[in-house]
Amino acid sequence: MNLRTFETWRGKALDDVLYECRELFEDTTFPTVRQWRDAGGKVLGHFQVYFPEEIAHAAGMLPFKVRGAPIEAVQADSRFGSYLCSILKTSLELALSKRVEFDMFVTHPICDAARNLGAVWGRNFPYSCQILYLPQNANSPAAVTYLRNEYARLLRDIEKITGRPVNEDELRLSVAVYNRNRALLRELYALKRDTPWLVSADEAYVLTAIGGFMPREEHNEILETVLPQLAARPNKKQDKIRLVFEGGFCEQPPLDLIRAIARSCYVVDDDLLIGMRWILEGVPLDGDPLLNLASAYLEKSSYSPVQHDLRKPKEKMLIERIRNSQANAAILTAAKMCEPGLEEQVAYLHALDEEGIPYFISEFEEKMTTFEHMEIQLETFVENILFS
Amino acid sequence: MSHQEADGIVGRGNREGADLFRRWFSELGQTAEQGGLSAYVFVMGSMCEILRTFNLPVVFPEINSLQTAVRRVAHEYLNQAEDYGYSPDICGYVKADIAVQLRGGEHPMGRIPKPALAVLTNACNTYIKWAEIWERMYHIPIFTLDVPGTRAAGTQTWAGDVDFENDRQYVQAQIMDLIALCERVTGIKFDIDRLREVMGYANEMSRGWKQVLEFNKSRPSLFNALTDGTIYLGVTNGFRGSPEGGRYFTKLVEEMAYKASNGIGTLVDEKYRLTFIGVPCYPIFRRFNELFTEWGGTFVHSTYLWFASGGANLGFEYDLAHPLESLAEGVLISVRDAMDSMFYPERALLEMVDSFHLDGVVYHPVKSCRTTSTGMADNRRALMATRDVASLFIESDMMDRRVVSEAQMKNRIDAFFEGLASRRQQEAATR
Repeated sequence: MNLRTFETWRGKALDDVLYECRELFEDTTFPTVRQWRDAGGKVLGHFQVYFPEEIAHAAGMLPFKVRGAPIEAVQADSRFGSYLCSILKTSLELALSKRVEFDMFVTHPICDAARNLGAVWGRNFPYSCQILYLPQNANSPAAVTYLRNEYARLLRDIEKITGRPVNEDELRLSVAVYNRNRALLRELYALKRDTPWLVSADEAYVLTAIGGFMPREEHNEILETVLPQLAARPNKKQDKIRLVFEGGFCEQPPLDLIRAIARSCYVVDDDLLIGMRWILEGVPLDGDPLLNLASAYLEKSSYSPVQHDLRKPKEKMLIERIRNSQANAAILTAAKMCEPGLEEQVAYLHALDEEGIPYFISEFEEKMTTFEHMEIQLETFVENILFS
Repeated sequence: MSHQEADGIVGRGNREGADLFRRWFSELGQTAEQGGLSAYVFVMGSMCEILRTFNLPVVFPEINSLQTAVRRVAHEYLNQAEDYGYSPDICGYVKADIAVQLRGGEHPMGRIPKPALAVLTNACNTYIKWAEIWERMYHIPIFTLDVPGTRAAGTQTWAGDVDFENDRQYVQAQIMDLIALCERVTGIKFDIDRLREVMGYANEMSRGWKQVLEFNKSRPSLFNALTDGTIYLGVTNGFRGSPEGGRYFTKLVEEMAYKASNGIGTLVDEKYRLTFIGVPCYPIFRRFNELFTEWGGTFVHSTYLWFASGGANLGFEYDLAHPLESLAEGVLISVRDAMDSMFYPERALLEMVDSFHLDGVVYHPVKSCRTTSTGMADNRRALMATRDVASLFIESDMMDRRVVSEAQMKNRIDAFFEGLASRRQQEAATR
């Protein structure tokens, strides 16, 4: 379906475009999805972290990145116990409250809580709710073939929903659209890394995040328009430390928290919404598209606490991220009650201690509304680095 | 059977289980003292079949951790791990084990040897994070056996199905990798006949375990799923693939048959038959059970007996003529079932309500374990919507006494039984 779901940014100046994007990002009624559905389109909701959106895209569905929201879990609270992260509850709340409506829901075995989400969702909605078993033994030579066939299984399920088969050429076209998107996001992150005074952490975050709930062609158009304008900004470099933000791979910190950090620091790299940037290179367009996607997931990918790969020890990857972005320090954060995030934090802090890299430890929740305390602590941390 | 023989049979499983358990820990202590090799494994997919083929002693850190809670010293271990940097909000088993490792293996039941390798499945994601900790501590190989689970409720596939075969080939390829790793670590060449022998013992155990669970449909129930069941679970895990393990379950079946035919139950007056969903409350293990038995309630079943036996409850028996193919199929089906009993227990529960004549379902979500706890509230809601059966939802923990409030629990449990009594009166009145 060739539909544009977000038009208010067109023809506007850069700051106004960024404002429109932010307004869209903060609208928890997801008007882009509503427009898509109103036009007869079907929507596939997929929970964090990574999902091969190309497969849903090729079938003509709108992939929607389910990443919670800063809302009250009025109905969803009764579906869960006490000791759980917020993103689980607010994600379900989005669907129960019909802020977004899906035709299919997919979660992943990223953590013990997320894996349960498939069953919980399935008990609450009549449509297909399932787990996509991304391989947890990334080092097995058999993993790529297994994943290719798991993608084929997923495609068959999607075809049942859309009612039409998807051919390889359609898959290749979708891979090309997403390759372009990956290239644009790499460009955005390069700009943030090399000239962080030209694009703040919160601006880059919003520009990335909106791609999770609109057709990716449309996201590409926005990025293609905005990136040259950001690069041409007359902003001057400020005396801020460069740091890496780590801990945003699943539940997302509030936008105001990112903005508060950006006030005192340059966030030159991060793992926010890492699933959208999981594949680090263009996926080949020749050959078997499902095999290419599977291979890219395993062989040309980033890292996160929820993927185990002996080739990518997380603390070494973090240090590499810090070195590659020429950061002076790191913010090591985790969502409250996030088991993998909290466990990884310990490995990170011991590794950074060994390397002598300063770090700031914190926890967050998507529904946080006050940041003054954290901001004061962060400013003290920054001053200690600047004046040490 | 004479009275003397009967006296020997009743309670034999508990006595011999405890003996085996002590012997196991004693042998682990000897291994630790001698600096011998050991394999760290988990209850859901321990791969004891392969590890025993290489004569590797197996260590179950989950069992070590729960023992610290049963012996009321878990808080000392949890505090040590939290001082090291771990959050109060992560799995208590992980933290207790970290403290055991930081103490050089010191444990209330003896000394735990260091690992030469760790084998884990993805049945619990925390297994993966946990093993990564050992990888960093000891620089040992860790092997993740990735076992794809059920994609959606009621959609399990079986041999011959294209999706099942994809999963099986993936599992089998990994088993071959694990064998190669064991050869490297132990210096022992793989012997397929030894594997057959070990799998034969595992078959005897699985066959027996399934029968034991079935036997508890008897009225009165023959064993308490929470207390006796935990002893049996210790043997299913620690002795899987060993001749003692196989023999133990054959004898346990004999004990259950005897008790069933003689009407010997766990309680003198069994009033309410319950099932338990989740992991026990180990910090007050005995008292927790008493809160139910004092009212005449007994746990006749538990999802714990399914998932913590790694799905051995299915009674899957390996085809010894095709050991590797069959091992892959058995591991896939069994570990998948263990996961199903945590994520999709509703159908099995509904069936259990009738076949085990249940009066109530007790859900016990714990702070420590998202795997077992995340879906419980919704599962309860769905069960209530489908079936008029009493249920209780009590939150506490399996390790951390800071979140175990016995007084609050007692209030809730007492109210639950009062509700059960009231139900029974109403049923009698309408008859």
